[in-house]
Formats: sequence, C-alpha cells, structure tokens
Amino acid sequence: MALAGPSGAGKSSLLRLLNRLDEPTTGTVYLEGADYRQIPPRELRRKLGMVSQRPFLFPGTVAENLRFGPCQRGESLPSASVEELLVRVGLEGYATRPVANLSGGEAQRVSVARTLANSPLVLLLDEPTSSLDDASKREVELLIQKIVREQELTCVVVTHDTAQAQRLAQRALLLEAGRIVRIGRVQEVLHA
Amino acid sequence: MLRTLISGQLQLGLAQAAAAALAALLVVMLARKRGIHLEGEAGIAMARGIVQIVAVGSILLLLLRAPRWTSVFLLASMMVAAGATSARRAKGMPDAFRVSTWAIACGAGSVIAVMAWLGVINTGITSLVPVGSMLIANAMNTNGLALNRLRSEVLSHVGEIETALALGAEANVSVAPYVQGAFESSLIPAIDSLRSLGIVWIPGLMAGMLLSGARPVYAAIYQFVVLAMIFAASGLTSLVSTILIRSRIFTSAQQLILQAGR
Repeated sequence: MALAGPSGAGKSSLLRLLNRLDEPTTGTVYLEGADYRQIPPRELRRKLGMVSQRPFLFPGTVAENLRFGPCQRGESLPSASVEELLVRVGLEGYATRPVANLSGGEAQRVSVARTLANSPLVLLLDEPTSSLDDASKREVELLIQKIVREQELTCVVVTHDTAQAQRLAQRALLLEAGRIVRIGRVQEVLHA
Repeated sequence: MLRTLISGQLQLGLAQAAAAALAALLVVMLARKRGIHLEGEAGIAMARGIVQIVAVGSILLLLLRAPRWTSVFLLASMMVAAGATSARRAKGMPDAFRVSTWAIACGAGSVIAVMAWLGVINTGITSLVPVGSMLIANAMNTNGLALNRLRSEVLSHVGEIETALALGAEANVSVAPYVQGAFESSLIPAIDSLRSLGIVWIPGLMAGMLLSGARPVYAAIYQFVVLAMIFAASGLTSLVSTILIRSRIFTSAQQLILQAGR
C-alpha cells in the first residue's frame, strides 16, 4: 500500500499514528482485530516495524545495530541470524563494520535489516529513498520489493513519487490536507 | 582608589557595587555590539542579585538571635526559590519546577542534613544558613545546566530517540545516552572547582576564615570540605533531576513529548 499525496498532506503523520509514535486525537487503529491501544506500545512497535526517511543508525557496528531490537526484549540475535539478515539486504560480510563508514544506501539497507530483525508483521516505510541518490534509490526499492515478496509482509510505504508508488505498491491511498481523497488499486488512485 | 575617596563603609560598598556593575555593563555592551542581546536578562539578574543579597544580609542580622530551627525554614525557602530559578533553564520541559525543587531538596538537602548531623557543618544559624546556601546555589546551577543540556540533546536527537522507540526500546533506554551526557556535563564546573582548588582560585570562604583569625591549614582543609560537599550536593541533584525529568518527557504510551516547535 502506497500513501501518496503532496507535502504536508499527512502521510508521515499517518505512519507515525500507525506506529503509535503519535496519539490519534479521535479514532483508533485495529491490528489483527484488536484495538491497538490495548497492545503494550513496545510490543505494538515491534509488530509494526518502521523505517524512517533517514536511517538514524546508532553508534557502533552494523551487527550491534541489528541486535538492538531483539536486545530490548532480552533476546540475543546469534551471529548466523545477523549474517542471514545482511545477506537479505545485500550487505554480506558487513557485520563488524562501523556504521560511520557506510554510504547512504548501505546505511538505509542496515536500517531495513535492523527493523526486520524484530520479525515485524507489517513494514512501515517513511519515504525510505528520499535521501538517496538515484542508484541507491533503485537498490533500496528492489530490496523492498524482494523482502515484501519473499516474506509476504504487509507493507505501507509513504512516497510523493507516483512512479515509485506504482513500482512498489498494488494499492494506494491518496491524502490531501489530512483527509483521504481516494483509496484503491494504485493505477486507479494515482491516475484518476 | 575608592578607599581613599570614600570613608563610610556603606558608601564604600555602594561605590564598589557600582564599579563592579559597570564592568558587567561593559561586557553587556560589547556583546550587544556583536549582536548578542544580554541586556534584559543580565540587567534584571544584577538588579535582583543586589536587592536579594542586601535583603538576606538584613534578615541574617535579625536571625542571629533567632532559634536554630528557623534555619530549616530559611533553607527550605531557598530550595524552592532555587527550583524556580533553575526550572527557567528547562523551557518546554514538563513539570520542570517540581522536578528541580525535588532534586535540589534531595541533593542539597540531604547533604546539608547529613553533614550537620556529623558535625561537619555547625548547626548555628550563622554557619548553617551561609554554608547551606552555598550548597543550594551550586545545586541550582548544576540542575539548570543538566536540564538545559538534556533539553538540547533530546531536541537534536529526536530521530535517534524515536528510532529506538520504534524498534521496541523502553523510553528510558531511548534517552539513556543523552541523560548520561547531561549528567556528566552538568558536573564539569564542580569537578573543575575541586581540581583547580588553591591553584587557580582561593575561594571566598577560606579568605573569610583567614581574615576572621582561623588557622590557615584549617581554613584550607575546610574549604576543601565545602567544595567536596558542593560536589556531592550538585551530583545528587543532577542525578535526581535527570532521572525525574526523563520519565516526564514521554507520555504513558512512550511517545516523546519534547519536540521542537511543540
């Protein structure tokens, strides 16, 4: 599902509401039939993995970043799982690299892998390619398509790029000034 | 020069205050030339400072004959005033006044109480109030620094904090590096004071003790005692205030309240 619309339409705000980083003033969100306010926020956020526009990696190595989420639940991510995640995002052998030495595209892939380390049910992507150059942008797009297809993940991606929305999504939701203008198949919504 | 021109002690004091204020005014004017406007805050602070210290001096004169327990009320009032002053450095931080007052009461208050009980601070009102006020004033400065630093650290790391939250971290974990940084940096003045004691500066209390006839070695040791107490009171205050405020900058659903422009 692509969330499309002009700047200031409320795309990122909707994603933040879904992850409960912000509180809805009215209404609620249902996850697997349950009002999400009944789910402890930390558990909810693990289930609704979010990748932001900028990767915001924590100081340290790539592996330490990947272990951050599981560590919050008292779990330790084995080295084999770290490597497996890195293979999935095309960064095989990067585990011990300091994050300070990564390119923009690599950092965003690490950010995706870090979110996947939490085994989310839904992937929320907030303009994940907006700060990348064209080559890195295409790489990250292909990565998202691959992950969503392989893991059969529900994915909500915020984008103001209609071409990207068509490449990544099957359905789209068009927002304007905080209101849903259209929702449906991506072609119908973006070319109506 | 002033001493040769003015004979009365009160007139001399006023002239000295005017000379010192003039020096401060020159700094304010220099800053203004560089586009930094301190005149409002500095002017009010200086005017308040002189009025307050003269008022307290007058009250102390009256309190010399007051019973010992009155010093408890005096110190408690100072803590509330210190809480209000340092809370102003934490603009936008929820509950900053209450947090600051509690932190100063826990930090400075407990050090004053323990040291008075041990006999390190004389419990006479003329000793307890001035020494206690030194601890409270330093705790106030440390608290203001800690909250101010924490505020700016959080505001400049909103992305990192929310990323940690989005990955399932507890609110306290998401701000831990910034709480630690604020705590450490707030103690820099107290640590530097201890480190440079006697080398860079000879504090007023020691000078006063020497002038009033105390043995130089005892005056020196007691000055160290005071600075060590200041460090303890400041450290405890900063620790309590950063711990108390960190839970208040999040909602019960672990959403960051403190954000630029909110």
